[in-house]
Amino acid sequence: MRREEAAPCEGSGSREMSQRKRSKGAAFSQGDDDDDDDFSLSQTQTHSQVQRSLERRSRDEVNRKVSELVQFLLVKDQKKIPIKRVDILKKVIREYKDVYSEIVNQAGRILQQVFGLQLVEIDTKHHIYILTSNLPRVEGENLKRDNQTAKLGLLTIILSFIFMKGNSAKDSAVWEFLRRLRVHPGEKHEVFGDVKKLVTEEFVRQKYLEITPIPLTDPPEFCFQWGPRAAKETSKKDMLNFVAKIQQKEPSFWTSQYNEAEANP
Amino acid sequence: MAAQMSDAHRRFLQVLMSHGIMEGSEARKLHRCCCEIHKVYYAHDKLDDFITTINIRLQPLFMQIRKGMSEGDGRAHYALVNLAETEITKMASDYAENELELFRKTMDLIILSENGFACSTDILNLADQLKTKKMKKKEAEQVLKIFVEDKWLSERNGEYTLHTRCIMEMEQYILSIYQDTARKCNICHSLAIQSQVCETCGIAMHLPCVAKYFKAQTEPRCPHCNDFWPHEIPGTKQYI
Repeated sequence: MRREEAAPCEGSGSREMSQRKRSKGAAFSQGDDDDDDDFSLSQTQTHSQVQRSLERRSRDEVNRKVSELVQFLLVKDQKKIPIKRVDILKKVIREYKDVYSEIVNQAGRILQQVFGLQLVEIDTKHHIYILTSNLPRVEGENLKRDNQTAKLGLLTIILSFIFMKGNSAKDSAVWEFLRRLRVHPGEKHEVFGDVKKLVTEEFVRQKYLEITPIPLTDPPEFCFQWGPRAAKETSKKDMLNFVAKIQQKEPSFWTSQYNEAEANP
Repeated sequence: MAAQMSDAHRRFLQVLMSHGIMEGSEARKLHRCCCEIHKVYYAHDKLDDFITTINIRLQPLFMQIRKGMSEGDGRAHYALVNLAETEITKMASDYAENELELFRKTMDLIILSENGFACSTDILNLADQLKTKKMKKKEAEQVLKIFVEDKWLSERNGEYTLHTRCIMEMEQYILSIYQDTARKCNICHSLAIQSQVCETCGIAMHLPCVAKYFKAQTEPRCPHCNDFWPHEIPGTKQYI
């Protein structure tokens, strides 16, 4: 059951061979902003309004919508695609907008009770959600729910690098670091395919990484940081332990990182 | 009386979902591991009861952990399947229109074939005939690769068949859509994609079922019409 932490760049299993980027399959690609108006949700849906609407709807109809929503969220989560509220409204809720909050609450309850998953809003401005596990993490089991082990190995390396560099790293430093591990961002990698795309697009879309331009740099430079999913699925402590294991040192060797990791495990 | 669902059950479900499908021995290992992590009662022969506890909670959601046999090697597999036939079945929300059409047409080829396989050339030739939106051969190749990766198809030497997970999930759907052409195995009565067919009466049998059924017989005869069984009998050793 243990993930091979020490050899994250290997793993040439056929499953990991193709590192595609699914652009057209990504459900929210159709969720253009101009459609938002049709599916926007009145923020003032009060409890009593929902209650009145619920009385008009049959229990079965609402239950069916709830289970459709649960399935929809699980499918998106399998691909690590963050879920936009506008897509939930458009693809699942449709004419049941009046009981939206009730449907989402019930689906959230089921996800928690049956699947041990929690619906988390990671972007309150654009209403984007991901599912994260509620189960206590088991040592050495971070990021393990996915079976694309090789990709996650690369991700672990990048996340640990960012953490060790003080929670933010310049793009040039990340690429240089990967090059030293013989992962060349410009070339097609045997396992990862287009490494640059994987790192700057897929990991970012999945909310593992955040990449922001550094102002007033020419040519433009970028800053890498942890995305919200990274913080949910792993921890600073695990990353430090990972680095310590590779370097064959005690975690406390890196004083400031050690203190930080101990402060928020 | 059903046992209460615990975090061990939830963890089992989460890992099963991330794998899509798990072979029996993997699932048994996972069962033990989940019970140990969460310190709940474990008995090695109680996996099916453990799963029943989960299934009771999945039932109102039109989902189920189902046990099925791989047509390739006859081993038991477990997968979480979707029983609802809504527009939000797993595939529909995950693929573009023309990708789904390519999948349906591939499924046609596989089910109408003699042996349950469609060769890649035949599939790729469909790409520029798609009604929804034509595809280049290169694109179609990529889409096939994704279907294999997502465990809807499996590939062997350039030939494609339905993945065990796909058969487990879509059995009812396939039986209703291909009422006249889809075959059921005469031994286990499940849908049979890769099978041997009696040349006299037309009944079908899965290869692992053929192997088991004829194991002790010196002169194989059709279990239905008793005529001589004209195919090579696969060795039982390769099937458990």
